[in-house]
Amino acid sequence: MTARTALWAGALVLAVLGAESAQAQSTLDTVKSKGFIHCGVNTGLAGFSQPDSKGEWRGIDVDLCRAVAAAVFGDASKLRYTPLTAQQRFTALQSGEVDILSRNTTWTLTRDTSLGLNFVGVNYYDGQGFMVPKKRKVKSAKQLNGATVCVQPGTTTELNLADYFRANKMKFKPVVIEKLEEVLNAYFAGRCDVYTTDVSGLVAVRASRAPNPADHVILPEVISKEPLGPAVRHGDDRWFDVVKWSLFATIEAEELGLTSANIDQNLNSPNPVIQRFVGATGDIGKMLGLDNRWAYNIVKQVGNYGESFDRNLTPLGFDRGINKLWTQGGLMYAPPIR
Amino acid sequence: MAREFPRRSGAVRAPRTSWSLNDARVRAFAYQVLLVAAVGLVAWYLVSNTTQNLEKRKIASGFGFLSREAGFEISETTFLSYSAADTYLRAIAVGLLNTFRVAAIGIVLATVLGTLIGLARLSRNWLLSKLAAGYVELIRNVPLLVQLFFWYTVISENLPGPREALSPLQHIFLSNRGIVFPVPRPHPVHPWLGVALAAGVALAWALARWARRRQARTGKPFPVFAAGAALVFGLPLVLYLAAGAPLELNPPVLSGFNFSGGGALSPEFAALLLGLVIYTTAFIAEIVRAGVLAVDRGQFEAAHSLGLSRRQAMRLVILPQAMRVIVPPMTSQYLNLTKNSSLAVAIGYPDLVSIANTTMNQTGQAIEGVAIIMLVYLTISLAISAFMNWYNRRIALRGAKA
Repeated sequence: MTARTALWAGALVLAVLGAESAQAQSTLDTVKSKGFIHCGVNTGLAGFSQPDSKGEWRGIDVDLCRAVAAAVFGDASKLRYTPLTAQQRFTALQSGEVDILSRNTTWTLTRDTSLGLNFVGVNYYDGQGFMVPKKRKVKSAKQLNGATVCVQPGTTTELNLADYFRANKMKFKPVVIEKLEEVLNAYFAGRCDVYTTDVSGLVAVRASRAPNPADHVILPEVISKEPLGPAVRHGDDRWFDVVKWSLFATIEAEELGLTSANIDQNLNSPNPVIQRFVGATGDIGKMLGLDNRWAYNIVKQVGNYGESFDRNLTPLGFDRGINKLWTQGGLMYAPPIR
Repeated sequence: MAREFPRRSGAVRAPRTSWSLNDARVRAFAYQVLLVAAVGLVAWYLVSNTTQNLEKRKIASGFGFLSREAGFEISETTFLSYSAADTYLRAIAVGLLNTFRVAAIGIVLATVLGTLIGLARLSRNWLLSKLAAGYVELIRNVPLLVQLFFWYTVISENLPGPREALSPLQHIFLSNRGIVFPVPRPHPVHPWLGVALAAGVALAWALARWARRRQARTGKPFPVFAAGAALVFGLPLVLYLAAGAPLELNPPVLSGFNFSGGGALSPEFAALLLGLVIYTTAFIAEIVRAGVLAVDRGQFEAAHSLGLSRRQAMRLVILPQAMRVIVPPMTSQYLNLTKNSSLAVAIGYPDLVSIANTTMNQTGQAIEGVAIIMLVYLTISLAISAFMNWYNRRIALRGAKA
């Protein structure tokens, strides 16, 4: 693991040393010439990015990458995945190893500025929570004074955790392990009293990894804002636009009521907004440097945001909550595609 | 290195003023200047290109982040107190001290155990020597990382939770939170016990010097070891008893989620120390065995015929010669143990690499972070090497080239 982290750091050093000429070119051009998009995903978080029984990657973070591939190539399968730990992810993106980082990553000011990244938008609004074994009979995070807490390093979680305990004048002992499997083993073996990460992660872990999901409770306190979204490298505006509008297209499609099942019937819709969206009129796609049917391809092959949510997260027990469309009282809002 | 270069004799030396390339010295000088220039050029290119690209990608650079607040907690600290409100610099220092702690204890334990097992393998007792051989072959052929995971799993998954902790002795609890044990409450006599110990060591050293001189002069031996041990352990003990043997313990008590009070060894530290010591012991055992075998049997027989006992022969004749063979490879093992301690990342012990990794990730400054890690390990390794080389020179045969 150290070796891998060191490898990524080494890769960054090499890339920064050698990649001067590659900078002039947009990632959009390099992606088109190599014929696939390199997508950095989680090492395995159910609902976000995890390989299924056939080895196919599934999840809403994976769907974001598939949407971009559909927009660029008209083929959502032209992807290669690199599973990344929390510590490897930024270096992998900075060094050019991956073209998109779509790995339940929190958008913060520090990351947006000093890490040389640009966050594209938000594909899941989240917050940090705590999970404890039910037999501990803990009802609130305020009762966690003195607890041992399992957490992954290099995350905003690690910082929020320290902030929260400091603010509430409580003490805790962290057990910090990089690999998700190892940190979960430590929690389920009782090495820690508490496991903390984004609530989405807790729900996914409880449903997919716990020996008996009913033995673990998620405490009511949500201690932070965690807007999770994809990121690209700083200073490459064309590629930034492509990824950003691919995300918006999935949200806009849901708002327009377009799904993978009904988009073919809507190709001849009289609605001018839909006409522009599917590329029947206007040249929206060309402005992005893409095929004019880019958005159609996204919806046809990947589906809209709601479909992706229902397919990946609803079966695990996720509630749409604040991730509903703005028209339904949620936060999901796409600027107009025109 | 340049000094070792064979000098040409004065007879064939070209005239001083000649700057012709036919002169071997001028050529050699020119090559060296070219080489230094090339290395310098490459270094300059790498540095300037890196800074340029970092700037272009808007990745922050420089070491300014070291004075910013770290914001993350560290589970265990050695000597230095730390909280999330402290700086990155302090966090890294805490990591460094944690590395030192595990490396220092590991080196001492591995040396003692390795010597015992190495000598056991040479033993004339069949069972003992085969057991030692089996240990060495088993341990040194399984990767260290696997062993660390093994020990960590054994400790964290097989031991019960703190509420059901095992208690082999009163006030000592064994659970998946580690081992907690009582420590004596602070008492005014404690610092003086340390002083007494230091005084005991100094007196024992002086005694040994005096005994050696006396034996050289008169030939009369003196039981240095027993007397020395009595001084080292006896002085603090006498002082302790004189102070009224104050024994007030601060026992660990289960409160809330965990034990409070007393001292504790975390499972991460225990697993790392166990893994490193067991692994390195196997290599040290082989080094010790090789060192003893390297001494000619005739030395033993010669010592015998001088009338030395078996123990005296071992201590005065065999071991000093074996040490010459043992010390250089032993240095490598010490360096290996120290560097292997960075595998702590895998099992969550907050060593230097673990904390530097977190720092890199929170600040995004990978190049600076890697530079700090490299610099620190280089410094530690060079320091250990320097010490061992000094020791090696001390024990080398007088007049022999090591």
